[in-house]
Amino acid sequence: MSEHHDSHHDDHGPEKGIMRWIKTTNHKDLGTLYLWFAFIMFFIGGVMSLIIRLELFSPGLQWVNPEFFNSMTTMHALIMIFGGVMPAFTGLANWMVPMMVGASDLALPRVNNWGFWILPFAFTLLLSTLFMGGGAPASGWTMYPPLVLQTGDAFPFMIFAIHLMGISSITGAINVIVTILNMRAPGMTLLKMPLFVWSWLITAYLLIATMPVLAGAVTMLLTDKYFGTSFFTAAGGGDPVMYQHIFWFFGHPEVYILILPAFGIVSTIIPTFARKTLFGYDSMVYAMASIAFLSFIVWAHHMFTVGMPLAGELFFMFATMLIAVPTGVKVFNWVATMWRGSMTFETPMLFALGFVFLFTIGGFSGLMLAIAPADFQYHDSYFVVAHFHYVLVPGAVFSIIAGMYYWMPKWTGHMYHEGLGKLHFWLSAIAINLTFFPQHFAGLAGMPRRIPDYAVQFTDWNVISSIGAFFFFIAQFIMAYNWIVNCVMRKGAPATARVWEGAHGLEWTVPSPAPYHTFETPPVISESEITAVHDEPAAAPSRA
Amino acid sequence: MGRLIWGLSGMVLASLAHAAEYNMPVGVTEISREVHGLHMLIFYICCAIGAAVFGVMIYSIIAHRKSVHPKPADFHESIKVEIAWTVLPFVILIAMAIPAAGTLIKMEDTSDADITIKITGYQWKWHYEYMDEGVSFFSNMDAKSNVARQLNSGINPADVPNYLLEVDEPLVLPVGKKVRLLLTSNDVIHAWWVPELATKKDAVPGYINQLWTKIDEPGIYRGQCAELCGRDHGFMPVVVRAVQLEEYERWIAERGGKVGGADEQSAAAEPVEVASADAPAVSSEPAELTRDQLMSEGEKVYKNYCSACHQADGSGMAAANFPPLTGSQIANGPVDAHIDMVLQGKNAMAAFAYLKDREIAAVVTYERNALGNAAGDVVQPAQIAARR
Repeated sequence: MSEHHDSHHDDHGPEKGIMRWIKTTNHKDLGTLYLWFAFIMFFIGGVMSLIIRLELFSPGLQWVNPEFFNSMTTMHALIMIFGGVMPAFTGLANWMVPMMVGASDLALPRVNNWGFWILPFAFTLLLSTLFMGGGAPASGWTMYPPLVLQTGDAFPFMIFAIHLMGISSITGAINVIVTILNMRAPGMTLLKMPLFVWSWLITAYLLIATMPVLAGAVTMLLTDKYFGTSFFTAAGGGDPVMYQHIFWFFGHPEVYILILPAFGIVSTIIPTFARKTLFGYDSMVYAMASIAFLSFIVWAHHMFTVGMPLAGELFFMFATMLIAVPTGVKVFNWVATMWRGSMTFETPMLFALGFVFLFTIGGFSGLMLAIAPADFQYHDSYFVVAHFHYVLVPGAVFSIIAGMYYWMPKWTGHMYHEGLGKLHFWLSAIAINLTFFPQHFAGLAGMPRRIPDYAVQFTDWNVISSIGAFFFFIAQFIMAYNWIVNCVMRKGAPATARVWEGAHGLEWTVPSPAPYHTFETPPVISESEITAVHDEPAAAPSRA
Repeated sequence: MGRLIWGLSGMVLASLAHAAEYNMPVGVTEISREVHGLHMLIFYICCAIGAAVFGVMIYSIIAHRKSVHPKPADFHESIKVEIAWTVLPFVILIAMAIPAAGTLIKMEDTSDADITIKITGYQWKWHYEYMDEGVSFFSNMDAKSNVARQLNSGINPADVPNYLLEVDEPLVLPVGKKVRLLLTSNDVIHAWWVPELATKKDAVPGYINQLWTKIDEPGIYRGQCAELCGRDHGFMPVVVRAVQLEEYERWIAERGGKVGGADEQSAAAEPVEVASADAPAVSSEPAELTRDQLMSEGEKVYKNYCSACHQADGSGMAAANFPPLTGSQIANGPVDAHIDMVLQGKNAMAAFAYLKDREIAAVVTYERNALGNAAGDVVQPAQIAARR
């Protein structure tokens, strides 16, 4: 293999033992750390969701008291968003962005190390609140004042944990932007980049724009509680609703931070298994950019019931409906990519197709929620819970799983077991619909969200939902077994460099497993290699 | 595996057959019917688009798989198609936005109301004040639900009528009249939601929000707080009793109020507080109450305000740090300390100064002479007034 040939690489090889992971500045090591971290957080957040579903299995309170239930909904959301999905996407970016653009590493490797190692401390702070007087935060992940100001000893720990998570996200975002803009291999113009890279470039700008806003909002909460300010207290001249405006100015772009990289992954996987170039590459890029722009002017659709002037409600309703246009373009382009392709359905493709189906259902309920008069009925009901779980679980999480199945053979040099992968997909797809589809009905029938107990007419839907949730959680152990035994412990069949018949892109030109250092000298970009990304005739003069 | 899947699908179908409700209620107001219409319209639009997109996808998955379609096509761009599927959704959205905007404008027009009611959210109950009629009262979740919803209460919720959706005192509204609802809060943000009226709006401390409704049919309409407001967020129901105008006027008169009062009466008319349906009107209240009166009223007040934490039998909840009242130093010690505790609260216990003197006198008397305590004294409303 080439790494033995270039013996000077050994000087820069990984250290042995635990210090390798603590001191590493290698993008592949840090990508692995991010992914393991996200995996652990998904597990913890998943257990919390099971506590929620256990209590909601039947009416009446059987297992937990209402305070603890509220802590579970709050912590489940904070952990899944900031500890699960975001670090998982950052882990995928760590591994793939340098390899996809032909760079040797991320531009700022030490910052990369720092950005990761903040996270275990941030989440230790957050999780430690479970054992504090007054319990863990219980005001919902949105932390609305004045309720959040009633939090006990956990309050400052929650705020500082969020500050740390924000710093970590910003370092990751800066690293991605600097790498993409400065370290692309010669010949890879912006509009020849793989879509996953594009999706992360846009996501990174969203992170840099919004994370400081969240930090500002929670800092104001901190000073309101401890230093006598009244930013959000009417009695002191402040306004509790102002917090919601600031929070959702962060919060709505955050929603797209959680889904744009998923678009990138799916846009990579579908062409591979359809053996056909992605349809409408340019429009995919413009659609993502439009979605990112619109995300900054729709925030108040999360607050239609808060008592806005009519003009504000109309503006935010129209702007929100507009998002359906670029989102529709993306779905249509994926379908057109499949059209008259030559498809096979390996596990990554199954998860990517599951994503397109189920994310679209989440998109439909999102369109319904945009209609302000109807939103007055949907708002803060289980319909909303069903909506955002459809875009986040079979949306964001399925895309992460798809990406893991797709790239893990490249990382480890070993294939997962295809049969177990397919079993995992089908169990997950059935279970996730059992879990979240009935929640639409419960919400429409009038069940509010964030309640530990419910009126008896909602029982049937909740029973199905709880069964689905346990079923889904158990199915993930098949995935863990498949990845850990076959890929990480290298029991699976050896992977070829190309891995997938229809795969295109620079990451497939290096051996599997990818050497510790890749592209120390910039690769030569061949047009045929990136045709799956963007089929531009080599001689086309129109685009430099 | 197959049997498990079949078993589960069987359960799903069985549940579907039994589930009473799976869609937004049509409701009983013009607005609620319009909202339901918008909801169904956008739902059908989504279904149509979904059928088209998923249909094409499923056809492609079947017809364009490698085993039957080994040679992929090589098209990957079409400006015309891209423009078409950008413009077409845009047109559909405009068609949707126009009726939605129309309904929204109607919903926000609170002018020319016949009756104005101020609704104040408290952790965890609602307070209703008929602004011109001079009637106001608190509305708590009823005692039966409150006992049944305690952790491991041993009571089957199915045996409790309208479990979690019943109150001691519903909001009474006349049908056919435009009612303006002013919303605010005493502590954190709440939201007042009645699905069948299609009314949901936040109650924000320090600010006043407006809603209106005009109910067509008499009936009882139930809803809940819809904004997370702390521990008992799930336990502050909203119940609206819509009645004919004559019955409404009779009800106002029974409460010591006067229909259209503020216009005709002098500004001196004070809002009259009414504790519960069967309490006598305040104007006829004697200065001194008998021990029996205090004990029976006190029991009701205790159930509504105290038993959630201190429990119906006074045993408290050790796990949540709610102390027992049975044998407690406060309930068996000096009476003034006991009254102060109720008026001012302590730590997790809220201050109950907003209760009437009579209610506090009754509950303090009850706590000292029931729940296993036997302090023997009787507390009169005048003593409460003196401690305020």
